[in-house]
Amino acid sequence: MNQNFHPFVIPFMLGVIFLVIVMIVRLVRWFRMMDKRQRVAVSRNIISFKTLKAIWETIRESLFHRNIFKTNFVLGYMHFCFAFGWLMLIVMGKVEEIFASGKIFTEPWLGIFFKYFEPIGEHYPLQGFFAFVMDLLLLFVLSGLILAFIKRSRSTILGLRKTTNHSPIDRTALTALWLIFPLRLFSESITASYKGNGGFLTQTIGNWLSVLPVETIELPAWWAYSIALCVFFALMPFTRYMHIFTEVLLIFLRKWKVVESAEKTGYTFIELYSCSRCGICIDTCQINSAANINNTQAVYFIRDVREEQLQDEIADNCLMCNRCTNACPVGIEQTQIRRIYRRKKGFDSEKLYDYIKPEAPKDAQAKVLYFAGCMSHLTPGIITAMKQILDNAKIDYHFLDEDKSICCGRPLKQQGFLEQANALMRKNSELINNAGGTVLVTSCPICYNSFAKDYNLSIPVMHHSQYIEQLLNEGKLKVSKKKELRIAYHDPCEISRGHNIYESPRNIITKVGELIPAGNEKDDSLCCGGSLANTIINPEQLTAIRNQTLDTLCINHPDILATSCPLCKKSFQRGGNTIKVMDIAELIALD
Amino acid sequence: MINFGYTLNKSGAINLVEADLSLYNDLMKKVPSFARCIGCGGCAATCAARQHTDFSVLKCNMLIRRGEYDTLSKELNKCMLCGKCSLVCPRNVNTRAMIIQARLLVNSFSKR
Repeated sequence: MNQNFHPFVIPFMLGVIFLVIVMIVRLVRWFRMMDKRQRVAVSRNIISFKTLKAIWETIRESLFHRNIFKTNFVLGYMHFCFAFGWLMLIVMGKVEEIFASGKIFTEPWLGIFFKYFEPIGEHYPLQGFFAFVMDLLLLFVLSGLILAFIKRSRSTILGLRKTTNHSPIDRTALTALWLIFPLRLFSESITASYKGNGGFLTQTIGNWLSVLPVETIELPAWWAYSIALCVFFALMPFTRYMHIFTEVLLIFLRKWKVVESAEKTGYTFIELYSCSRCGICIDTCQINSAANINNTQAVYFIRDVREEQLQDEIADNCLMCNRCTNACPVGIEQTQIRRIYRRKKGFDSEKLYDYIKPEAPKDAQAKVLYFAGCMSHLTPGIITAMKQILDNAKIDYHFLDEDKSICCGRPLKQQGFLEQANALMRKNSELINNAGGTVLVTSCPICYNSFAKDYNLSIPVMHHSQYIEQLLNEGKLKVSKKKELRIAYHDPCEISRGHNIYESPRNIITKVGELIPAGNEKDDSLCCGGSLANTIINPEQLTAIRNQTLDTLCINHPDILATSCPLCKKSFQRGGNTIKVMDIAELIALD
Repeated sequence: MINFGYTLNKSGAINLVEADLSLYNDLMKKVPSFARCIGCGGCAATCAARQHTDFSVLKCNMLIRRGEYDTLSKELNKCMLCGKCSLVCPRNVNTRAMIIQARLLVNSFSKR
């Protein structure tokens, strides 16, 4: 028999072959499921600098895990041990074997089981160095394993309040993965105990183990190691560990400007299979931390979709605040995916909203178009303030929805009524285009996000915080600063994570008072509890979310809580609340 | 039939005793807060769609409770889901969930 073969390598090889076949089948299926726009994006960008950028990002993220390190250092180290450590074990194993055999192409399993097949008494270059490095790498992986074990049993030690609750198949794969490295250590030590080919770790342990009947244990140990590998590889495509491959693919597709479409595509599946179920999204989710619901977070939603057992209630139970997307180390756009799975079809799309007849303004001279939005009509103080500001600055404006407002369509879109949303968008586009202004200003971040991202308007859109800042900078508006006014600012989700508008409202606040720090600022801001995206949780749970947010905003006891969203203002004001809440427009008009 | 030169109008009476309340019952299970509605009409007063047409959550509510599903289906599609009604409701009725679930139920009923 070939001296480089032993039947115990068969399970390992079977696992690898199975994995490769499943991966190829999946890749082909996903690419065939991509829509035309996505395929065009791939073919257009595949030969460009974008590919080099993708390679760089793959190295940065998949090898060094910059994002997880940024989120949580210990978690980053743990993952780094497994991913980088294991990859280096495989690579160095292969290099070691090339040095030993003097051949580049050898049996594929040799690098993995090198210590067993290493000929006794033969010397090759750097033998001692390799023995040392391989042991160091193994120790490195084992240190990660200890952290992983702590994470599973006591996640708070690693800075995670909650960790993912895994399904049985994930647990099996996890157990196999955890067994691989101790088994490798054990097998190599056993072999080293009589061959003397171990490094500082395996040789030491091997010497201790030499009291055991080494010859009888050796083969079972190597068999166990090979079987653990086989189980892990065979389960990989059906578990969280699929992200090891899919994430790399996702990085490339993203760099090639492939974007999520309104329907389920191959790209959706690539995003879904890139989820590593790390559970970082669980802690960021207020539905968990304030409302105490633990089956609806991004990680569970994605798992349910993958296992084809998604219930509408899970898909619908999300604030769509995008905090999880912001925290996700892989950058999976769960809100977009959720929207796809919320799609509700089969509604009469011909006559939708035909009762709305957009009226063009009688005086079509105005340069600035002001669109208050439904929610501003619920908080008329904002509208009064905006009118006063525009009048004071002597702006020639037209109030688009003073009497008859039309919803921008975003709430419908978030609930999966896409045809309906499109019908409203057509009505509003007609209204805006007929009015003939040069800029559209809106007080509502929901409308702003919708106009800026979903509409295809011919004129630029500004949120009123940006517009007021511009008026102040141009000197058209003058305010006096009141030093004694201490103001904290709440970032509304739609313009903070949605549009990165952080500085404009803050610049306005510093012009009228003292801006004091609050908890969870900027892209880490919490939800006001007024989210229109969630129709599942009850009012008490929404109030709990709101109160959690208010508590963190008011840690420094501000005189006024400022925000720039009518919905946030309304939510904060409802139901017995002592803090004074004002929109930034009201702050300026107050002057 | 003898032609008398005139006919009787079709009855417009709503028979509450024999009304089909299956949708109402299903909706009550899906959106329990629906039961809290006292019919104050706050939702109708603030409704964005009502400025354009005769529509209100209150009206839909009545139609559901009377089992008038044909009219209901047309009414429900007028809602823009803007959410003002849910913010003014003094009884914390999840009005948007009610509209969405009623839409889905009407759709599945018409397919049946």
